[in-house]
Amino acid sequence: MIDARALTKTFPDKKRGPIHAVDRVSFHVNSGEIYGLLGANGAGKTTTLRLLATLLRPTGGTAVVSGFDIGTEPEKVRAQVGFLAASTALYGRLTAREMIAYFGRLNGLEDAEIAVRTGRLADELDMHAFLDRRCDTFSTGMKQKTSIARTLIHDPAVMIFDEPTLGLDVMTARAIVRFVHECKARRKTVVYSTHVMSEVEKLCDRIGIIHGGKLLAEGTLPELRARYGEQDLEEIFVRAVGGDPL
Amino acid sequence: MNFSHIRTVYLKELKDLLRDKRTIRSMIIIPMLVMPALAFGVGSIAKNVYSKARAEIPSVMILGGEDSPAVLAELRRSKKFRVVPTVADWKHSISEKKIRAAVQVPEGFAAGLAAGTTGTVVIHYYEGELKSGFAAAELEAFFRGLRERTVQARLAEHNLPATLMRPFETKRENAAPPDRVGGNALGGIIPYFIIILCFTGAMYPAMDLTAGEKERGTMETLLCSPVARVNIVLGKFCMVLTSALASMTLSLLTMTASFAIGGALWGGGGKEAGVSRLNLPPIDPAGILGVLAMVLPVAVLFSAVIFTVSLFAKSFKEAQSYVGPMMVVVIMPAVVGMLPGIDLNVRLALVPILNLSLVCREMLSGVWHWQYIAIIFGSTCLYAGLALAWAVKMFNREDVIFRA
Repeated sequence: MIDARALTKTFPDKKRGPIHAVDRVSFHVNSGEIYGLLGANGAGKTTTLRLLATLLRPTGGTAVVSGFDIGTEPEKVRAQVGFLAASTALYGRLTAREMIAYFGRLNGLEDAEIAVRTGRLADELDMHAFLDRRCDTFSTGMKQKTSIARTLIHDPAVMIFDEPTLGLDVMTARAIVRFVHECKARRKTVVYSTHVMSEVEKLCDRIGIIHGGKLLAEGTLPELRARYGEQDLEEIFVRAVGGDPL
Repeated sequence: MNFSHIRTVYLKELKDLLRDKRTIRSMIIIPMLVMPALAFGVGSIAKNVYSKARAEIPSVMILGGEDSPAVLAELRRSKKFRVVPTVADWKHSISEKKIRAAVQVPEGFAAGLAAGTTGTVVIHYYEGELKSGFAAAELEAFFRGLRERTVQARLAEHNLPATLMRPFETKRENAAPPDRVGGNALGGIIPYFIIILCFTGAMYPAMDLTAGEKERGTMETLLCSPVARVNIVLGKFCMVLTSALASMTLSLLTMTASFAIGGALWGGGGKEAGVSRLNLPPIDPAGILGVLAMVLPVAVLFSAVIFTVSLFAKSFKEAQSYVGPMMVVVIMPAVVGMLPGIDLNVRLALVPILNLSLVCREMLSGVWHWQYIAIIFGSTCLYAGLALAWAVKMFNREDVIFRA
C-alpha cells in the first residue's frame, strides 16, 4: 500500500529561483493495484517516484509505503520497494547471478536463500542461459530481465517502475508489461510512470495525470473519460493539462 | 553502522575493481613495470652515457703560451686529452662541441714559474656539458700536477722539506651507523615516493566508485537498496583505502628490489669507470616500519578527500579534471619536505603531507622525536576523520548525488 499525502519537493536554483518539481501530490495505491502516473517529460513523475523510493527526501508532505514513513524510516521503506527505472543500470563487470546475489545480501538475505530465489527467478524469467555471463555482454532484453530479478530478489511488497520501457524494442517492452501484470497478480502494489498512453490503457487500474509537479486529475479510465467527455486517453491528457485539443 | 553491509559493499567493489583491466594496469602492472624500468633502464643508460663520456679522449685547444714551449710540449704529450690546432673562433668550437675545452696559458708563464711570480691559467669549457666538464677536469689536474712539481722544486732548491707546504693532512671518517647514513641519504626521497604512490593508488578507484558509478547509472541502483548511506560510503571508502595502500606497498617493494638488483648489476663495474654505485644504502628497518605507520592516516586522508571530490563529478572525465590538479597540492609539500635545511617544529608538524615528509626523513635517519610523531599522527588522524565525515555528509546530499 502507498499513501502519498501532499508530497512536495522543491529544488533550489540560484538562477531560476525555487523549482517546485512535485507540488502537494496526494494519491493512494492499494495492494494488487497498478497506479499509472502519466505525464510529459519534466512533469515530476521521476521526482515523485524517487521520493517514494526514498532516493530523495521530501521538502513537504510525506508518504507511507507498506506502513513505513518515507521521511522517518527510509531504510525500512526501501526494504519494501523494488525500484526499476531506465536509469537504474547493472554492474557490467558482475555476472547476472552476482548482481542478483549482491542485492540479495544488501537486503539482508542469507546466501542459501539467495541461491533458491535466484534459481526460481531464473526459471520464471528464462535467464539460465546467461546467468553466469557478465552483464556488460548482455543484450537489452537480458539486461532488463536481470534488472527485474534484481528488484524482485527480496520479494518487495511495492514495485515502482519509472518509464521502464524507455528505449526498448517492442518485444522487450512487451516482456516488461507482462511482468507488471504478474506483479499485480501477486498482489503487489505497483506504481508505473510513463508518457506512453497505450501502456497506461493496457496496464493501469487507476491513472494520475501529473503536470508541472501537480496531480491534475485522477481516476479509473472510465471515470476520466466521463469527466472529460473524451474516449481517447491522449485527448483526455491534453485537456487535463490545459493544452489545445485537436 | 552495519559491518555486514560495509563488508558486502567492500567485497563487491573489490571483485568489481579486480575485474577492471584499467585498475589492474594502473594499480598493479604500471607500478611493477615503472620502477624496474627506472632502475634498469635509466640506470643502464646513465652508466653507458657516463662510461662513454669517460672513455673519450677530449680534444682541447691551447690559447697563447708561445713563450712557454716546454709547458705546451708537456700538454701535447698528455694521454688524457688531445691538443688540436688552435682556430680563431675557438669559443664557437666549444659551443658546437667540436672541441671540449680550451686552455689559456698566460704570457710569460714559463718565465714566471722560473722567476717565482704568479699567473692565472684560464680553462674555457661548456658549463653543464658532461664531456666538456671531464676535459676541464683533466686540464685542471694537469696544471695542479705542474703546480705541485713546481712547489717541490722550489722547496728543494732552498733545502726545505716537502712537508713545509703541507704540515698536516685532513681526512673525513663516518661516525654514524651505516643505516642512519642510508636513512639520511634516502630520507627525503622515500616519503616523497610514498606520498605520490599513495595518492595515485587512491585516485582511480575513488573516481570509478563515485563519478564512474554515477555515469554508468549504477549509483541509483545501489541507492535503491535498504543499506544506510553511511555503510555504502564506508564500504566504498575501504576499497579506495585498500587500493592506495596496496599500490603503495607494491610499488615500494618493486622499487626496493629493482634498485637493489639494478645497483648490484650496474654499480659493480662502476668503480673502474669512475661511476658511484647505484645500490641503496642500508636503512634502519624500524624507520621503515615507523614510516608505514605514519602513512596510514595520510592514506585515509587522501582516500576520503579524493572520494569526496570525485563525488561532485557527474562523469569519470569530470572527476579527472577535479582530481588531477590536486596532485600539485600534494606534490608541493612533499617536495618542500625534501629540501635540506627545513626542520620539524610544532607549526610544521600540523601541516599535512609536509609533516609526514619531514618526520619520515627523521625516522629513516634514526631520529625519533616522539612528541612530533604524536602531534603528526594525531593531527593527521583528525584531518582524516574530518575528511571521512565530509565524505559521508556529501554522500547524503541529494544535490551532489543526483547533480544534473
